[in-house]
Amino acid sequence: MAELKMKEELDMNATINTQTEKKDPASGIVQSSKPVFEARDFNLWYGDNHALQNINLTFKENEISAIIGPSGCGKSTFIKSLNRMVELVPVVRTEGDIVYREQNIFDKSLSVEELRTKVGMVFQKPNPFPKSIYDNVAYGARVHGIRKKKVLDQIVEKSLRGAAIWDEVKDRLNANAYGLSGGQQQRICIARALAIEPDVILMDEPTSALDPISTTKIEDLMQELKEKYSIIVVTHNMQQAARISDKTAFFYQGYVVEHDDTKVIFENPKDKRTEDYVSGRFG
Amino acid sequence: MQLVDKDQVAKSLGGRQLLNKSMKFLFLLCTLVGLVVLVTLIVDTVLDGWSHLTWDFLTSFSSSRPESAGIYGAIIGSVWLMAVTAPVAIVLSVGTALYLEEYAPKNRITNFITVNISNLAGVPSVVFGLLGLTIFVRQLSLGNSVLAAGLTLALMIMPVIVVAAQEAIRAVPSSVREASTGMGATKWQTVSRIILPAAIPGIITGIILALSRAIGETAPLVVIGVPVSLLVTPNGVFDTFQALPMQIYNWVKMPQEEFQYLTAAGIIILLLILFLMNSVAIYIRNKYSKRF
Repeated sequence: MAELKMKEELDMNATINTQTEKKDPASGIVQSSKPVFEARDFNLWYGDNHALQNINLTFKENEISAIIGPSGCGKSTFIKSLNRMVELVPVVRTEGDIVYREQNIFDKSLSVEELRTKVGMVFQKPNPFPKSIYDNVAYGARVHGIRKKKVLDQIVEKSLRGAAIWDEVKDRLNANAYGLSGGQQQRICIARALAIEPDVILMDEPTSALDPISTTKIEDLMQELKEKYSIIVVTHNMQQAARISDKTAFFYQGYVVEHDDTKVIFENPKDKRTEDYVSGRFG
Repeated sequence: MQLVDKDQVAKSLGGRQLLNKSMKFLFLLCTLVGLVVLVTLIVDTVLDGWSHLTWDFLTSFSSSRPESAGIYGAIIGSVWLMAVTAPVAIVLSVGTALYLEEYAPKNRITNFITVNISNLAGVPSVVFGLLGLTIFVRQLSLGNSVLAAGLTLALMIMPVIVVAAQEAIRAVPSSVREASTGMGATKWQTVSRIILPAAIPGIITGIILALSRAIGETAPLVVIGVPVSLLVTPNGVFDTFQALPMQIYNWVKMPQEEFQYLTAAGIIILLLILFLMNSVAIYIRNKYSKRF
């Protein structure tokens, strides 16, 4: 097992090294952090449409990884593959492996429910349940069998604090979550994801439906969350990727064109298409 | 160059506004026609039946003499009938709707089944009566019991509830489904904690409308052979029984004029029960309605 892990790390470092020939030594990769997700020759089809082609990507612990790319490039499909939500589309077929902490997520020994407990997700549009704020945040814990009121109370408070919204809602935990603003709703959704104490948080364009002030709040929050969680975020907004992420992967037409330190992607990209995209020439 | 002729625009304005106003009155008229006919019907029935709506009428069994005929047996029988029809229809229909919407693969077979359930909703009730007669009364030897009639009516209203429940379930936004699934909830947890609570107002509305139809349905009961005169109430689901619509149908056939007033009184009772059921439906719908 240990050997396998070492081999993986070596492989991974090899991939990164080949991608970062002109790497700035100041932004050197922290060699010690472990990979959480690794896609290996991952392919995905929607019916006949080959949406993801030979994806090889590694995401590491306690980092924010951004996935950017023009519409329809497969970035949402990819992030939804990581917690197997993409399989809700009936015509999806996959090939290749996605490894989560040394375990293939498509392996039968790992149930989707277990995977999704460890890999939380925040969606593009705030999607709270039509329930009270308390019930929204406690939902995940209840689903996983936690019933004790005292424990639930603590989980709700901790999660709401973690999502930087506790002070705004502590006096109205029993109010319907639909009464909150879009930005608050999205932070409730983040709190809801935190409540099951995941390992990785996937965010699919978490701020695209929000105003600039709410966006800033959520970006600040992501920086705090990074200390405890690994975050993979899909974003349409290149400035956002540049601001918040440590690593950036550029997807184009179902391929990973380039994956590197965010600084390299934005300042010194290797591929012409990456350069064109990040400089706003297309997309 | 001016493509828009300002004079022409000004000239057509009056006509457009007139048409706009007349359409409003046309639609109001349509509404009024239905309303007036309905009110006439109700007023006429109430005027005819009011004086016969006595305590004796409510507590007496059917009789061939109009002065001593009552509706007690029919009311109790109809309650028994609904007590069988409602649970059977609700469980079967909501289960079917959940399976079709949430579990079944989205393919041609599922589509075919869905379309044909909608078609079943349009099958005449007398056909369901024949089905009940063949299967429940004869094959399963249930006779003209509460159970046979209840099951027949349950099958008859099932398509209506299935269609209503499917629509209510479909109206639950997929984003909250995804939220629940994304947190590691199982399908059943998502269905029971998120989808059903959100769909319940729509489902209940469908159930009550369907039960209202069932309680006033006569044709299947005629085919099954529900008796029109009986001096006992059923003690269990295997006993025979009387039903409100059968009783009304029987009275309206009678030659004596007195029976026509009893018919009107019977209709008032039936309408009151329907009114009560619909009020419950509206109450539940308003109580549980959650906007997305």
